[in-house]
Amino acid sequence: MSTMVQAIRMALHVAEERHDLTDVFGEDVGPPLGGAFTATQGIKVAWNSPLDERGIVGASIGLGLAGCRNVAEIQFCDYAFNTIDLMKLAGLQTWSTNGDWNCPMTIITPVGAGIRGSIYHSHSFDATATHIPGFKIAIPSTPRDAYGLLLSCIVDPNPCMFLVPKALMRVRSQPGEEIPGEPGDERALSKMIDAPLGDRAKWQPQWPDTPDIFIPFGEARTVRRGRDVTVVSYGRTLPSCKKAADELGQEGIEAEVIDLRSLHPYDWPRIRESVKHTGRALFVNEDTEVTNFGEHLIRRTVEELFYDLLAPPRLLAGAFVPGVGLSDSLEMASVPQLPRIRDAIRQVAQQQA
Amino acid sequence: MSTTSLRPVSRTPDVELSPELLLRIHDLMVKSRVLEERLIAMYKQGDGFFWIGGPGEEAFNVPLGLLVNKGRGLQYDYCHFHYRNSATLLAMGADPVNTMRQMKNTATDPYSGGRNFVNHYSIFEWNVVPVTSTIEPQYVIGVGTALAQKRAGGRGITVVTGGDAGTAEGDFASCLIWCSRPANPLPMLLVVTNNKWGISTPWSGQHGEKRISDRGKSFGIESKTIDGNDPEVSYREISAAMEYVRSERRPFLLEAMVSRLYGHSSASGANAVADEADCLKGFEKKLEERKLLTRQQMDDLRHKYAQELQEAHRKVRQEPQPKGDSIYQNVFLDRDKVREGR
Repeated sequence: MSTMVQAIRMALHVAEERHDLTDVFGEDVGPPLGGAFTATQGIKVAWNSPLDERGIVGASIGLGLAGCRNVAEIQFCDYAFNTIDLMKLAGLQTWSTNGDWNCPMTIITPVGAGIRGSIYHSHSFDATATHIPGFKIAIPSTPRDAYGLLLSCIVDPNPCMFLVPKALMRVRSQPGEEIPGEPGDERALSKMIDAPLGDRAKWQPQWPDTPDIFIPFGEARTVRRGRDVTVVSYGRTLPSCKKAADELGQEGIEAEVIDLRSLHPYDWPRIRESVKHTGRALFVNEDTEVTNFGEHLIRRTVEELFYDLLAPPRLLAGAFVPGVGLSDSLEMASVPQLPRIRDAIRQVAQQQA
Repeated sequence: MSTTSLRPVSRTPDVELSPELLLRIHDLMVKSRVLEERLIAMYKQGDGFFWIGGPGEEAFNVPLGLLVNKGRGLQYDYCHFHYRNSATLLAMGADPVNTMRQMKNTATDPYSGGRNFVNHYSIFEWNVVPVTSTIEPQYVIGVGTALAQKRAGGRGITVVTGGDAGTAEGDFASCLIWCSRPANPLPMLLVVTNNKWGISTPWSGQHGEKRISDRGKSFGIESKTIDGNDPEVSYREISAAMEYVRSERRPFLLEAMVSRLYGHSSASGANAVADEADCLKGFEKKLEERKLLTRQQMDDLRHKYAQELQEAHRKVRQEPQPKGDSIYQNVFLDRDKVREGR
């Protein structure tokens, strides 16, 4: 039963062994640390770069143009904001040349709140990422999805962004959602692929034999069936939505919960089908609420499903404030938490048209 | 021009250029100048929305194009150019009519299909990566192709060009850091063509450094400032610098002092300026003194290219514009369209 960070590590290993992944790089990505979150421990093609996000993204584009499948890490998405024009460039390589060039590259970066990361370790990036056409964008909420989505990013011939909800990095797979081939015993897996503390000079990982899993972009997952209201979420807020829906089930409110998993392309057919069935929709994420990706989904819901709606669709997102404050009370008030999600689902489910 | 060389380059740049090579350089310089003047004429006649280019840089850019090892893949040079490299492209063998197509933003424009400004080239088969209007990211993107070439071995190098004003951007400093990492120095020829202007702002008011090439010193990067208005000097120095990068697999920073003969772009009028040295005039004077060409021959050559491109202009004007509904094409490359080497 892997954690998300272990699943990412296993996917990187599979890609370096079987899918021509040539470089995994960024600040502290190579030995001895193997990444701020340990996601790159034991990866043979991992190396340390200068502390320079623009250099990292630029080098990633160049490697992609040279045909090298690479994964470039921005240690926290909070440090990616000065790279946005380079991301624009990456997203433009194919379009601006009318198909002459392509750029296989994956930017991986931890996103969101949930670890009391204060102002500059709590930003979300999904609203920004979805404003950059030319990228495929994945954001997992389970270790298995992280494994399968990251492999899809790496083998894609286009620029991809892999957003990792940092609050979920240490969360383990649920029973039945394991990666085939991984040991069921978490201690056994840890002994195989977690680097020991202290001197790691002689440490070698023992990789489990895990298969290729490619979760397609644009294929959401319905994590809970329900008839009364559709809840669309992704990343850190997804498990909270599932939990809230389970609790509301005891009140007789049956919410259908969809994990979007990829933000571009995204699984509109699944959302449409569900909302046509329930007539009610709540979109939940933790990025700031103004020009939020959930607003786009609401716009589409209203435009295309207006006559199927029994209540106004609603967005529950992060407060539109410059940052997430450090104090526990500030973080709780800034981004959606379980009680507010539960209340929002209930309100949408019960609102009379 | 003074040198800031830390170590001698591997080949002494004092070889004589053959008369044949000098005539070839001259021919390409004339062709390039005529092309840029035609592009400006197209702009002024309403056959294009914007002009930007490199008239005045031919003495450096033509030798650069002749010396690039053109081809596809890591064993050939990767070219990260900016929008003043038209003469380099022509010297590499590009068709000037394609530049005119991009000027007129036609569907037949092979570099962008009418999507991008003129002189924003893209030639996959020659490793000419897409040129962008944004200033300086080519220096950090070039790091990536150079990393791949270093790993591959061989003699392929990454060539990056940019202007003097852009060196104020952080990406230039980033490139100096990344290409000279002790862990993995990179085979990059970093070119700065210094025309002493940033759009309308003179270099002298914004930059305290005496020479841009001096910035290479801090990183142990072989560096030099040369007279980019002299094609013979340019050819020898580029040749020597390239040989150093190819064989040593380390970076070289080459600053070439050049002129800007028609201002920044059409945004500043695209009118000829009188107070800048014209490299073509200077070279033609030498060729005449050496009796390699007569004035009449040079005038005839210019007239020939002017007529050819005027005729091409008439044809390009008739070529179709891209269709509006094509905007959604090529946002992504389908997996089954990935060509070998990608």
